[in-house]
Amino acid sequence: MRQIWLVFLKDVQQEFKTRYAINAILLFAIVTLSAVSFSIGTYTATARILAALFWVILFFSSMSGLSHIFIREEETHTADTLKLVARPANIYLGKFLFNLILLILLEIILIPLFIAVMNFQIVNYQIFLSTMFIGNFGLAGGGTMVAAIISKASTKGALFTVLAFPILLPVLVSGISATRKAAESAKLMDVQNELQALFAYGVIIIVASILLFDFVWNE
Amino acid sequence: MSKTKMELIADKIVKRFGHFLVLKNVSFKVGSGSSIAITGPNGSGKTTLVKILCNLMAPTRGQVIYQNNHKTIEREHIFRFIGLVGPYLQLYQELSARENIDFFARMRNLKNYSSRVAQLMEVFNLTGREKDAVKTYSSGMQQRLKYVCALLHEPEVLFVDEPRSNLDQKGIAAVYHILQEQKKDKILVISTNDQEDLALADQIIKVGTA
Repeated sequence: MRQIWLVFLKDVQQEFKTRYAINAILLFAIVTLSAVSFSIGTYTATARILAALFWVILFFSSMSGLSHIFIREEETHTADTLKLVARPANIYLGKFLFNLILLILLEIILIPLFIAVMNFQIVNYQIFLSTMFIGNFGLAGGGTMVAAIISKASTKGALFTVLAFPILLPVLVSGISATRKAAESAKLMDVQNELQALFAYGVIIIVASILLFDFVWNE
Repeated sequence: MSKTKMELIADKIVKRFGHFLVLKNVSFKVGSGSSIAITGPNGSGKTTLVKILCNLMAPTRGQVIYQNNHKTIEREHIFRFIGLVGPYLQLYQELSARENIDFFARMRNLKNYSSRVAQLMEVFNLTGREKDAVKTYSSGMQQRLKYVCALLHEPEVLFVDEPRSNLDQKGIAAVYHILQEQKKDKILVISTNDQEDLALADQIIKVGTA
């Protein structure tokens, strides 16, 4: 546990000094939201379209920043230094924690902006917040693992989104469906399947990543 | 004197990169109180061998065994016993020297290490620069700080790849003093082509003859 926390704190320290990931992720979110808002104009989109747009913005914004956590270690040649002092699973979990916090920060900014700009009316906040909370684990867990895989490739940026999309598709599908229902006055029982799918996906991707990370990180 | 009796055993290590055979059946054994030098021409696999020995890279075949008082140390605990200084290992440039030191010390679960840090910073002539970001250090100062970070936990096995790299005469003298102390009762592994460095070693392994 201590190593996980120390890896997380080290990444927070670095991020405070460079602000690379947080700037990339927030600027991407704001630019995309503005582009979507201008393109839709006065057209009143349905809850289904708005839920899909919200998750598309969230997905691509997170893709612009989540990979940085491992790319930075490879590009600055500190990956070997880190390998020398930490167990692989602790490195994964420390970086997963950092990406999870980064995603939550992104959502704190993005959700109110999206609601205000796109006139997105959420009826059941319990469903919406549960979806976001559980979905974050899958997004951060999968994103962190894909970041570790692509950090050793030469075309890192493009590869991350392309590789992450099929892996994170279950989160997107379930997230869009649950968010739509949150805007259509559904009850918590109506989104049971989506929340279960998000939860199961989060658990599976995190456990699989912990088990497989040693092979990715040390090769 | 160190109470631990460590042994580092390389058993028929083979490393291939695609079709290119870098290391062929490299075997040796070194114990506490002795030293070994790895030498060979450029591109012969010296650094690859050091990385394999430090658990940073997996061999294609063969194995590296660390024994502590004849008991094999599990792979995931090896980091507690080793220290490595090499030109390819970098420190966190945005962080200060002290932040780097604290990170590595805490990761190794060290406690009450302030006096050890002060002593090493003094030896490597870095006292007073603790709060400066590593990116403001010259390459020689960064090399000396790498020694501080690698020696914090008094490693039972110290790996040094190119000991003189980027160092001035004062730095080389400080490093030599440390290396002499290390080989008295612990294990020292040097990767070098320098004849003076080779004189520090009890055994010499030549690579690149595959």
